[in-house]
Parts: sequence; structure tokens; C-alpha cells
Amino acid sequence: MVTTANSSTQEPVTAPERPGPAISLERVVKAYRSGPETVRAVGGVDLEIDHGEFFSLLGPSGCGKTTTMRMIAGFEEPTEGVVRLSGRDVTGVAANHRDVNMVFQSYALFPHMSVAANVAFGLERRKVAKQEIRRRVEEMLELVELGHRAKHRPAQLSGGQQQRVALARALVNEPGALLLDEPLGALDLKLRQSMQVELKRIQREVGITFVYVTHDQGEALTMSDRVAVMNNGLVEQLGTPAEIYERPATMFVADFIGTSNLLTGTVGDADPAGHHRVDLGQGLTALVAELPRGTSAGASTHLTVRPEKVRIGTERPEGDLCALPGTVTETVYMGAATHYQVALANGSEMTVYQQNSTDSALVAGRGDPVWVSWSPRHSYALPF
Amino acid sequence: MRNRTTTPYVLVLPAWIWLALFFVVPIGGMLSLSLTTGNVVTGFQQTFEVGNYVNAVGTYWEQILRSLFYGGCATLVCIVVGYPMAYWIAFRAGPHKSTYLLLILLPFFVSFVLRTISWRFLLADNGVVLGTLKSVGMLPADAQVLNSAPAVVLGLAYNFLPFMVLPIYAVLERMDPRLVEAAHDLYAGRVQAFVRVILPVSLPGVFAGVLMTFIPTSADYVNASVLGGTHNTMIGNVIQTQYLVNNNYPIAASITFVLMGLLLVGIFSYARALGTERVMEVHT
Repeated sequence: MVTTANSSTQEPVTAPERPGPAISLERVVKAYRSGPETVRAVGGVDLEIDHGEFFSLLGPSGCGKTTTMRMIAGFEEPTEGVVRLSGRDVTGVAANHRDVNMVFQSYALFPHMSVAANVAFGLERRKVAKQEIRRRVEEMLELVELGHRAKHRPAQLSGGQQQRVALARALVNEPGALLLDEPLGALDLKLRQSMQVELKRIQREVGITFVYVTHDQGEALTMSDRVAVMNNGLVEQLGTPAEIYERPATMFVADFIGTSNLLTGTVGDADPAGHHRVDLGQGLTALVAELPRGTSAGASTHLTVRPEKVRIGTERPEGDLCALPGTVTETVYMGAATHYQVALANGSEMTVYQQNSTDSALVAGRGDPVWVSWSPRHSYALPF
Repeated sequence: MRNRTTTPYVLVLPAWIWLALFFVVPIGGMLSLSLTTGNVVTGFQQTFEVGNYVNAVGTYWEQILRSLFYGGCATLVCIVVGYPMAYWIAFRAGPHKSTYLLLILLPFFVSFVLRTISWRFLLADNGVVLGTLKSVGMLPADAQVLNSAPAVVLGLAYNFLPFMVLPIYAVLERMDPRLVEAAHDLYAGRVQAFVRVILPVSLPGVFAGVLMTFIPTSADYVNASVLGGTHNTMIGNVIQTQYLVNNNYPIAASITFVLMGLLLVGIFSYARALGTERVMEVHT
């Protein structure tokens, strides 16, 4: 069924049996004309977001994450592709007829209304009975711990409180999905951290699908069930925070999420254990568990390994490990861990995080020859 | 070394001198003039004659009321015409905003009186507008707009329209466009978003626009004398005649103060009724 765009009071359609995922995007493209050129802000995105999921769109500014969210909200129409909410095609349906609500980065609270009136706005437009509006607004303000501020104007509240009003104003409508556009961006670090916990708690309590747009990998990793990492208008990788961190699929993800060691090399032959050899130059070789699809011996590749997976020692370690000799160029004592910079014979630099778990004595100092080593299952070859 | 606390006062001194010379002194002079008796030949004596005021109101109450009525009508026309213009420029004009703002201001490059006189040609009995409408039979042959109340109101509204458009534009332009999106997101259609969000948020601009059009239109005399004929004189015409033709300075000065007092009372009650604090309050 398609709602008519001219009746403003019509209830947004929610399919009762909730068929399909909460949100799905099929080959969605958003192109802008910029002078003679066409710019693809979103260049063909496929996503399925499940009911009750905390889903993050993560990427640097200009990667298309906000445009993607605005197409779900109905503020932008896709140039190509289909947007579905609970299985229903909403492409071309106006924002006020979509069963999703948004929390804006600037909060966009109505400055001329009280906190309670802001929260009641959506319910009033949907012609909910007055008494029920009052009850639900009160309930929602309690949930965000702002019951005592109902009669205040947004301008009289602190940033964090305004943030919670924006959240309440959207959640009170019990939407099929809540869209959050960098909602913590304007808050200071401490408040941001406590709001992360708060958001996660609220999401668990109300059980509504959250779609969270952020450029902050920490936020995305700590709060999300799944993360889509976006770059240049495309999804680079989709997975749980652990999958994305532990097994980055592309150079971009490896570089954007956390810290990675990236070593350039050439794919060699497979060893008897099924590992592939990567030739790093200057006689250095390392092993990887698998190769990216379509890569064969002789191809250039990037080998990546996280700094905390690498061990450092003065002796060559025993066993089935990747081990490379190098020289310490810098040590940084961080309390819980020590960070080492190691220069390899082929000119590459590696970063190693060593937990200070046994004693505080440094393994090696600046200028000392060392061995860095890791298990082949922690290193991956990425498409060049 | 100059004392730090005196510096700000020294800096505002030129402004104070300006205000004293060109505002306080003339106003004081006018006030004292309105309380004198006599004529230009024998001179005016400071008699603190309050009768001038009684005389002024008693004789010219009709013109006073007409001025406020014409000013009010012209202000309404300015809101009805000016708000959509401001809205369109702020939200729809895209990269050409400054071009349209310039077009709004362009008439100011021509003298106020000339602009008003050109309306005589536009509204002439057989001119561009009326003549055409008459020739196609949409108006009777004896229809007339010039020398009527609508002609004066139209002229006033035309001349002071930019003073309504610009403050409304300034508020709309500053408004966070996300507010409109938030309204749509919360199920408001175009009409609801306008009535519930855009209009209330822009009311301070309308408020400023009303002040900037109602005050000068109520006190105007050029439009009434050029477009209004003999039966639609406003209080400005009376003041002008008393001052420059009859040289009855005490009466002219006292009418001026009556008008000023009425406008101030009107503005303050308007501000109280719709003022900045309450302007914001739509519903709870």
C-alpha cells in the first residue's frame, strides 16, 4: 500500500506482523549534480538492519553515511534503488509518512515550545488522545530522567539535557526505527561517555531498532551490534565490532579502525600447513592464513596485523610463528602497556603494544636489536 | 594613563553628543513649542498652554484615527505580501538570494516622492491597469482607484514593503533548517510544519517588521497627498499644513506629540500582548 502524500494526519503504516528486516536498502544510489559533474554521495549500498538491532554507520566525513540515513528518514530521495521499512517500499514516501524518527546532531528542538510540548509534538500530529499524550510524555521524560524539566524551554537546558529531550521526542512515538545522526558530537568527552552507556541502556529497555551515524570508531565499536564501515559512498565492510576490528576486509578499514601495522609485500607460495607466504623484501617473509579473493602468487598485497597481537623479544621465538628481526627506534611507557616502534630491515616500521603484565622492566631499549613475532592467524593479506 | 573604567564612556561620547544634538534638543524644543501661544507675527510666548492639545485632538481626531487605520491596513498588506517574499528568498532562492534582496531594495535608489507619483500613472483612470481592465470589460467605465482610501493604503504598503520583508527574511535565514525537517520527521505535513514551527519561530521578525512599517506609514503624508485626493488626508498632512502653510507651530507640535504618544502606547501594548517572551508561546 502506498500512502498519499497530501494527507498530513494519516498514521504512518506499520505492518503488524513486521515482515522482513526493520530497514533494508537495495542498491541505493544518491547522485548530486555539481556543475558539469555528477557526484555520487552514495554509490550503491545494500543493507539489511534487523528489528531491535543497534546498527552503526561508521566512516569519515563525506563518506555518505549521513546521506544514507537521510534517505532512510525521507529527507532525501535515492537516485536509484529501493528503501524498505519493515518490508514496505517507502521510496518516494514523504518523511512525515515514514515510521522512523530522527535525533539530529544539532538536536533541532523547537525553541518556542516547552520540553513537554517538544516531546508531545509527534503524538499530537498523529492525533493521539490528550490523556494518553500526557501519560506517554511523562513516562518518556522519566526514562531520560528529565521529568522535573518538563516546563522548561530547550534553551534553559544544558547540552546533555537537550540531547535527552531530542531522544525522548523521537522515542515517544515508538517508531519502527530510531535514526541518530552523530547525536553525541556536540558533547564533551565525559558526557559523551556517560551518554553512550545511557543510549545503550535506553535501547535495551525500549527494544527499538537504532541506526547510529558516527565518525567515532570508539562509539561505534562499544555500542553497536553491527557496524557498516563506509568510505567514498560505499560500504567497505559490514560486521560485528569484533569482526571489523579483528578481521578488517580492506586497507581502509584496517587503517580507519584502531591502529594497524601495514606491510607491503608480494604473495608467495603456500606452505604445507596451508598458510601463504608473503615476501616483504630484503629476505623477510611472513605468513598469512588466507588471501583475498582473486589474489594469486606474484601479486602485490598489504599484510596487516594489530599491534597488540605482536610480541617482542630479544631471542628468536620458537614455533610456527611469523618472526622478523628489527631494531627498536622508540619506546613509550603507557602504564598498562608499553608501545614499541620497531624498524625492520626492509625499511618498514611496526608498532607493538606489550602489556606490562609481569614486571615493569622494558624488554628492549632504543637501538636494541629485537625479534617481533605473531601467529599467522592474526595477520591478513588485504587487496592491494 | 587613562583609567580603564572611563574608556568605554569616552568611546560612547560621540554617540551621546549626536543623540543630544539631534534627538533630545529638537524634541525638547518641540515640547516647549507645543506649550506656547501666539503667532508668527507677534511671536510665541511660553504660556504652558495645555489647551493646544485639547484643541488638536478635538479638531483632528478624525485624521488621527484615519492615519492609524491606514497605517494598520498598509502593515497588514505588507505582512500578507512580504512574508511569502521573505520566505521564498530565504528557502527557495538558492544561490540567488542576494540578487533578490537587491531587487527588493532597488526602488530605494529612486526618490520616495517620485516613486509615489509614478503610482498616479499606474492607477490613473485610463492608465495601464484600469484602462486595460476597462477595455476588456472587467471594470465599469467610471471605475476609479486614485483619490481613494485603497490608493493611499496601496501606496503606503508599496513604499514600506522592504521594511517588512527584510526583518522577516533575517529571521527565516537564521533559522536552523533542521527544525523544519524535525517537524516533518514528527509527522507534520507542510501546512502543520509552517503553522507549528516556521511561523512561530519567525514571529520576532514579523514583530520587528510591524514596528518598522506601522510607525512610518501612520505618520506618512506624501502618499495621502499624492494618491489620496482631498477626502483621505492623514494626520501627517495636517501637521505639514499647520506647520508650513498656517505657521501655527503650537498646534502642529502638539499634534505631533499626540501622534507620538498614541504610537508609543500602541507599540507597548502590542509588545506586551505579543512581545518577545509571549511571541514564543504557542501552546504547551
